[in-house]
Amino acid sequence: MKETRKIEDNDAAAPKSGLWGWIDRRTGVDTALRSALYEPIPGGARFAYVFGSGLLFIFISQVITGIFLALYYVPSADHAHTTVSYITKAVTAGSFLRSLHAYGASAMIIVLLLHLSQTYIYGAYKGPRELLWVSGCVLFALVLGMAFTGYLLPWDQRAYFATAVGTNAASEVPLIGETLKRMMRGGTEMGTLTISRFFVAHVFFVPACIFALLAAHILLFRKAGPAGPPDEDPYKPKKKAELFYPRQVLMDLSLTALLIIGLGALSFFAPMKLGPPANPADAQYIPRPEWYYLPIFQWLKYWHGAASVVGVLIIPMVLVVGIVTIPFFDRSIERRPWKRPIAMGAYGFVLLALVGLGLRSEYLDSHDPSVAQQLAKQKAEEQDYMRKPFEPELSSATLAAANVALADPQAAKGKAIFESQSCNACHGDGGVGTAAAPALVGISAKYSPEQLAELFKHPTAKMTAGGMPAINLPPDDLKALIAYVESLK
Amino acid sequence: MYAENSEGVTQKSASAEPSLQTRRSFLGALLAVGSVFVGALLSVPLIRFALFPLIRQTTDTKKSPVGSVSEFSSLSEPATRTIQFEQIDGWRKTISEKAVYITKSRQGQVCVLTSICPHLGCTVPWNKEKRLFICPCHGGTFSADGSRVSGPSQRGMDTLESSIEGGQLLVRFQYFRQLVPDKEVVG
Repeated sequence: MKETRKIEDNDAAAPKSGLWGWIDRRTGVDTALRSALYEPIPGGARFAYVFGSGLLFIFISQVITGIFLALYYVPSADHAHTTVSYITKAVTAGSFLRSLHAYGASAMIIVLLLHLSQTYIYGAYKGPRELLWVSGCVLFALVLGMAFTGYLLPWDQRAYFATAVGTNAASEVPLIGETLKRMMRGGTEMGTLTISRFFVAHVFFVPACIFALLAAHILLFRKAGPAGPPDEDPYKPKKKAELFYPRQVLMDLSLTALLIIGLGALSFFAPMKLGPPANPADAQYIPRPEWYYLPIFQWLKYWHGAASVVGVLIIPMVLVVGIVTIPFFDRSIERRPWKRPIAMGAYGFVLLALVGLGLRSEYLDSHDPSVAQQLAKQKAEEQDYMRKPFEPELSSATLAAANVALADPQAAKGKAIFESQSCNACHGDGGVGTAAAPALVGISAKYSPEQLAELFKHPTAKMTAGGMPAINLPPDDLKALIAYVESLK
Repeated sequence: MYAENSEGVTQKSASAEPSLQTRRSFLGALLAVGSVFVGALLSVPLIRFALFPLIRQTTDTKKSPVGSVSEFSSLSEPATRTIQFEQIDGWRKTISEKAVYITKSRQGQVCVLTSICPHLGCTVPWNKEKRLFICPCHGGTFSADGSRVSGPSQRGMDTLESSIEGGQLLVRFQYFRQLVPDKEVVG
């Protein structure tokens, strides 16, 4: 410790002249950087400690790619799938960025599990680190929330049905279940309000919570200091310390490099697929969650009827509360895993149970011919969809016009008259209005057909002044024209 | 600044052993350069993604079929057709209908005119008796090939870009600025 202090003091006294010195005196940026880099690590740098900064890197990558994806994405049941398809198939580097973001979510969960496991196995939650552990647990939950809410946004078959199942699981919660489900969905069924809710959670609410918790997590980490290896005293570190910079920084950067290469290669060579648009009427579709939700998915299958409270609520609650509060009841300063048989046994059991449940789900799917066949079909449909070129969405203005023509022959005739009489020259195509004349859309709410006929034949002084001529048409044509104008909504 | 510099120099005398310092700052510089390089590399797809509308055309009007060329080989007067044209706007498209005239240019070639008056945008009908296009709004008149005869318009009726592919006459529908002497595409 004495040795460390000496190096630190020397570095703190590094020259502060010139422009950099001035910037530091004004901002304190150099001082802040030094205090970040010259954090002493009891027992020295280790590869076991790289996961935290790896997570920070993925999080920043998710924020950046997420912001860029929002350049083209539109959160509504009408446009979500089209815009994601546009990103994937049309926009340059779109498929790559979307894949980075989607695979980044999986990478985040893998590195998060490694980070949590390392902390747990090293007993690094011990000593004055209770809140550090709790904040980490909350961050874990928030990241799972990000994965859950982000999954729906492409609004393809896979996303839609997985989220339908996911939100349905919420209704298993006693008493408030149904309310909870409706709250998540924004109604009893999944729809455009569900996308809005998930989008706001994914883009505003949960990230804001993550930023706050992350700041707390890092502050608490700085306050308590690194715990060091398992045979270190969690309260008063005795081992010779090594500064974070340079060796630990290099180790952390090697994980970052691995993540960049891994995610980059995966996104480039095996880009994320997008399936056909969500079709809620597809009764055949078999929903399957992303791999990290498979264990929970399988677990929920075992609980039905009256006993479901135990499986859906009580057991998961006990587990979650147990994990979050472990630093409060596991108070011994013993950190070596081989001296903590109960803690390590519990860890091994939960890990095996999760892996076992996940594998069981995979096994059941591949050994039920009808399920396997349907899943293969769904995969083939995704591949088919990916091969098709991007198809722009027909705008609603076009559809409304087409629908009018189909629904009412009288209005269709009126449309032809509207155009041949140059009504559209001033009132715009489809009566949307121009600088020269007001919109006619929604006019049926203001005037009855009789009043309209009267106005057409005898425009008011104000209308005449604006350039509106009196319309002189055979009665049938006038009727058709009115039918068309009335249909503009 | 100078006074502050001297303060910096006094601090320098207290610095660590030079070789360690040099090695540290070399590694630091290497890491800084490396990070900037990797950061720049990673920002390439982001920039390409964001600049997509500048690299490629994201708005477009597709060519629409008008009919087979043989239909228009012996025109005695302008023929009218309603065409459907597709406008692409990023990830959405609008299909609109507009009337166009197929006529012969002064050189005797088939050409397509928009029915929108270059004066104030009214739809101009063909008057069989007078053998003129006569605008119902302000009385502008145009000859069968679309050139201006009389009235408030500052130019003749606008020809649309057309081509012949596989015996089909195709046209790209566009809107033109009104009230100006020269044809100018808008929106």
